[in-house]
Amino acid sequence: MKVTYYPGCSLEGTARDYADSIHAVCSSFGIELEEVPDWNCCGATAAHSINHKAGVELPVRNLKLAATVANSEMLVPCPLCFNRLKTAVWQLGGESSSRFQAEVGSRAPRIWDLANYFAGEEMLRKMEAAVTKPLEKLKVVCYYGCMASRPPEITGAADHENPQSLDLIVKALGATPLAWPYKTDCCGASLMISRPDMGYRLVGKLYDMALRVGAEAVVVSCQMCQSNLDMYQDKIEAEMGRKFSLPIIYFTELIGLACGVPGAEGWLSRHFTDPLPLLRRTGIAY
Amino acid sequence: MQQTGLSPDFTFLERVEAAGPFHATECFQCRKCTNGCPASFAMDLFPDQVIRLALLGQKQEVLSSQTIWVCAACETCSTRCPNGVRIAELMDHLKEMAVKEGVPSPQPQVLALHQSFLENVRLTGRVFEGALLPVFLLRSGQMRSKIEKGTWRDEARLGWKLLRKKRLSLLPTVIKGRGEISAILRPSK
Ligand code: SF4
Ligand code: SF4
Repeated sequence: MKVTYYPGCSLEGTARDYADSIHAVCSSFGIELEEVPDWNCCGATAAHSINHKAGVELPVRNLKLAATVANSEMLVPCPLCFNRLKTAVWQLGGESSSRFQAEVGSRAPRIWDLANYFAGEEMLRKMEAAVTKPLEKLKVVCYYGCMASRPPEITGAADHENPQSLDLIVKALGATPLAWPYKTDCCGASLMISRPDMGYRLVGKLYDMALRVGAEAVVVSCQMCQSNLDMYQDKIEAEMGRKFSLPIIYFTELIGLACGVPGAEGWLSRHFTDPLPLLRRTGIAY
Repeated sequence: MQQTGLSPDFTFLERVEAAGPFHATECFQCRKCTNGCPASFAMDLFPDQVIRLALLGQKQEVLSSQTIWVCAACETCSTRCPNGVRIAELMDHLKEMAVKEGVPSPQPQVLALHQSFLENVRLTGRVFEGALLPVFLLRSGQMRSKIEKGTWRDEARLGWKLLRKKRLSLLPTVIKGRGEISAILRPSK
């Protein structure tokens, strides 16, 4: 099955581990990804913060290009890109508005947050059937962050205060998703670079709660959350005088591990907080 | 919050709402926005106070606040407001207004990061992460202090680690529609 794919800039760079896992997992499930031709940056936080016009026009260019590809669905792995694309649709008045029809056309694909796509009933069943190594001993918390959920009238999220997509996926793979109250709390996003003190505080709170509920790892679908929780973990540990050692794992990597998709250990070895000791301890990796 | 005596700009709210609408007049000061705000610890005005001051035409107070710049754009406030006030979007509009009107940001490094990012996208159509951090450090003036203090090594180490893990491109991807992107992002100030 062919679907359109909008990777977003970070998946070409710092989130290449995520990108590689997505390609491998999709191909193992017979999903063929067709990239939006000549796509551009969605503008991210920077555009909507100080240049509203660009914050709309940048994603609209992508919507137009996506409408030239003959697929009815488009997968977007980065929740921030997803949010900006959906916000642009909303700002044009929604898919059925005359403005949207005039600017983007009638062949725009349905925009999917990647985790929600994988959490669809049919995909879950396929995944369950494909599991060769159930992740039985693994206890995790699922961390969704902000952008796939909020605001719900734009994202279309079903349960924006308590989303379920990652929990359902993790369960289908045999692992245990623990209940915790910080599913959709903020990781600080780009403040991690411009105000690291704020970023450290927000992320430190997440680590603390994850450990308090007994999690051994955090499962994510957002590369911004992943890098904020993974890349700076040693610094935050030093700052807080406490060891966390929490691997931050993409849900696609977990699918790869459980379903025996080749390459999974390679993607995980590119993280900063090494997930391999945990995966060995739980009998998932050797 | 500093009280400077009342000099309300009665047209302020009208101008702001014309760019929205943000529905600020719907606010009944329940403070739900503030109670759920993850960044409130770093704010000088709480989100509900920004709304109240905007209603009172206190333009300078809000445009020069820390709050609009340390807002993490997490959308919790807009999502939870019982009256549909689009607080997060209003914060964005106030930042843009502050930049246009030359009100200096009390969080220059936050503004510098946004500007470095958009400049980066303007040149190639996509973000080139390899240049983003160095340009930001230069632009925000942090490069110098980092060199003086020797903390530049932290960034260098991070970059090196990413490179070794094949998570950093050395060359940017330049898209064909680069011209369209630079037109969209033409500096307007
Ligand atoms: S949540 Fe809405 S109504 Fe309540 S104080 Fe905030 S803006 Fe006003
Ligand atoms: S969007 Fe900004 S003001 Fe609103 S809750 Fe998030 S950080 Fe606070």
